[in-house]
Amino acid sequence: MKKSNKKSIWVFGDYRNYYQNRVTLQLLSKAVDLAKIIKAEVCALIFGHEIDEWIMEYTAHGADRILAIDDPALKSYSTERYLAIIEALAKERDPEIILIGATDFGREFAPRLAKRLKTGLSADCVGLDITEDGLLLQLAPSFGGNMLAEIITERHRPQMATVRPGTFKEIPHNYERKALVERLPLMKNLPKSRVRLIEYERSVEKEHTIENASVIVCGGRGMGNKEKFKRLQELAKLLGGNVGATRPVVYAGWADHDALVGQAGKHIKPKILFSFGISGAIQHTAGLGEANFIVAINKNSQATMMKMADVAIAADASDVLNSLIKELKKRIRE
Amino acid sequence: MLNLVVCLKQVPMVTELPWDEKTGTLRRDLAAGMMNPACKHALEAALQIKEKYFAKITVITMGPPAAEEVLREAMALGADEAILICDRLLAGSDTFATSLVLKEAIKKKCPKFDLILCGAYTADSETAQVGPQLAEELDLPAAAYVEKLEIFGRTLRLRRLVDNFRETLEMEFPALVTISMENYKPRFTKLAGLENAFCGKGVVVLDAAALGIKAASMEQQCSRTKVRKVFLKKAQKENVLIQGTASLVVTEFLDKYQRTISTAIGKSIEEKKLDEKEQ
Ligand SMILES: Cc1cc2nc3c(=O)[nH]c(=O)nc-3n(C[C@H](O)[C@H](O)[C@H](O)COP(=O)(O)OP(=O)(O)OC[C@H]3O[C@@H](n4cnc5c(N)ncnc54)[C@H](O)[C@@H]3O)c2cc1C
Ligand SMILES: Nc1ncnc2c1ncn2[C@@H]1O[C@H](COP(=O)(O)O)[C@@H](O)[C@H]1O
Repeated sequence: MKKSNKKSIWVFGDYRNYYQNRVTLQLLSKAVDLAKIIKAEVCALIFGHEIDEWIMEYTAHGADRILAIDDPALKSYSTERYLAIIEALAKERDPEIILIGATDFGREFAPRLAKRLKTGLSADCVGLDITEDGLLLQLAPSFGGNMLAEIITERHRPQMATVRPGTFKEIPHNYERKALVERLPLMKNLPKSRVRLIEYERSVEKEHTIENASVIVCGGRGMGNKEKFKRLQELAKLLGGNVGATRPVVYAGWADHDALVGQAGKHIKPKILFSFGISGAIQHTAGLGEANFIVAINKNSQATMMKMADVAIAADASDVLNSLIKELKKRIRE
Repeated sequence: MLNLVVCLKQVPMVTELPWDEKTGTLRRDLAAGMMNPACKHALEAALQIKEKYFAKITVITMGPPAAEEVLREAMALGADEAILICDRLLAGSDTFATSLVLKEAIKKKCPKFDLILCGAYTADSETAQVGPQLAEELDLPAAAYVEKLEIFGRTLRLRRLVDNFRETLEMEFPALVTISMENYKPRFTKLAGLENAFCGKGVVVLDAAALGIKAASMEQQCSRTKVRKVFLKKAQKENVLIQGTASLVVTEFLDKYQRTISTAIGKSIEEKKLDEKEQ
């Protein structure tokens, strides 16, 4: 029962990012749901060196089959080599769907793979489903996430999507699960990469820029004054996030220009955004389209910012801030 | 002399987002356009190379007639040649089709390029796919999200930050890069330059036929993906309202959303109360 005649949903195993984001596990979980509808198997791809840990992990999180290539030549990520490997595998096995995490690597790699396989790809999806015709429904953001598009790949296969980390919930692991593990040899005619990796180091700086922060505490004129505004920093620190600001606040000197969020400033994509005393002018909200979960605090429950929030807290911004800091100090466990 | 090609796109201003509800496509014709921010950074990178080494810059865009504006703006800043690919047949192209068209134009008009620079992504479609797919079309070594470029003879050395890895990469020309918004802050357009650009050298306009693209529209012939529907995101929010005194709203909020918050901050704020009871 080596090769299967069943349809297959492939999930690219982006294990390098395992400790920052668990997008592969999240994709496996969604793939399990989709597979039930189209009666397919879920297959994880793992290329690298000394990868047994990942084989175990992806099995525990829902893969039915693993295609693994374990070779010292694959010790570091390489777009060109990975492309050659998956291209060959996909041409041989015809997967129905390929899902790739929208990490930096995924977003560089997936478009090239789609081009090689002469198929379509939608980018950075925030939702996936199956249509009534059994096609993969890809929900992709555009215009800073202000709009969503439903995209399908009608005729070409595989149907491909990159998916934003954090979109789906992983299934709790189950180390009793079994998967069919196919350990494949490295292709003989693997091309030499034309891109040479001269040096690399793991860096945390990216996590600290506001564009990449997963938690942002944004303040506007409703914070009242500079001293009160500065307390936002304390909340941001507790939550491991960054402080953002609206234009009037930056002009008033309560915050640096670096913190400006909106059309004239930064576009942010936090997992959670706290918005304190901000009215929600379009020039500001243009930078928030990709915020996943918005908590707005404003004394005016009719403010635009309150209407576009997931949770709208109608109260004094400074009071809520102080209470929140106090309460979180009690609750947060590292 | 180095031959640089910069791919530019005109995007609608964010404050105006008209789209056609019936066809699900954007009414770009109705919105005021500007040069896509990441493309500005790509152009800036090319201009800096030109200042340092001997280079010629060709800018190229595929879009409606109005897209000529971004080419003129680029010429005002120092680009030498400009190509506009413009044809109704090309409307509605997805990234698969766009990268194919750009390749045909580059092969026809500047086949001897050394380096192609794209923006990392566009503000409207945000796919970040056109650059990598163009590299694939032209079979080039490529790197995305580049922050810094250096050239040593025929070798390109670059620095970038991807997935928390700071990388230094090298490749030989010809190559393709997409430029991130971290570095290469765009310069301002001088008014004098802008005036010159509008009366100076012309923009070469190519239609689909000139690129060997046949009658049927690209949308049907070549695009792989199809947009079924476009809608505003706001409609999806739950929008829960919490009211009351500060300490009450905070408790209600934290109790109700402890999972969401814990997941987002990567630390647990859950179940502490339970632990305390147990003790
Ligand atoms: C070309 C252009 C570009 C711009 N670009 C940007 C940009 O990039 N970013 C940006 O932010 N702005 C930008 N602006 C400005 C933008 O239009 C708004 O003026 C700005 O975002 C408003 O900031 P705000 O919400 O802090 O202030 P306000 O609009 O004054 O809102 C203050 C809010 O706080 C609430 N409030 C007051 N007191 C309290 C209290 N005690 N407790 C709780 N809530 C309270 C009020 O109800 C109100 O909703 C731009 C404008 C222009 C013309
Ligand atoms: N129509 C176009 N004409 C020229 N270049 C384009 C076009 N669309 C995309 N590009 C290039 O590809 C980059 C990424 O675009 P996108 O894939 O749409 O996010 C842009 O920054 C441009 O450099």
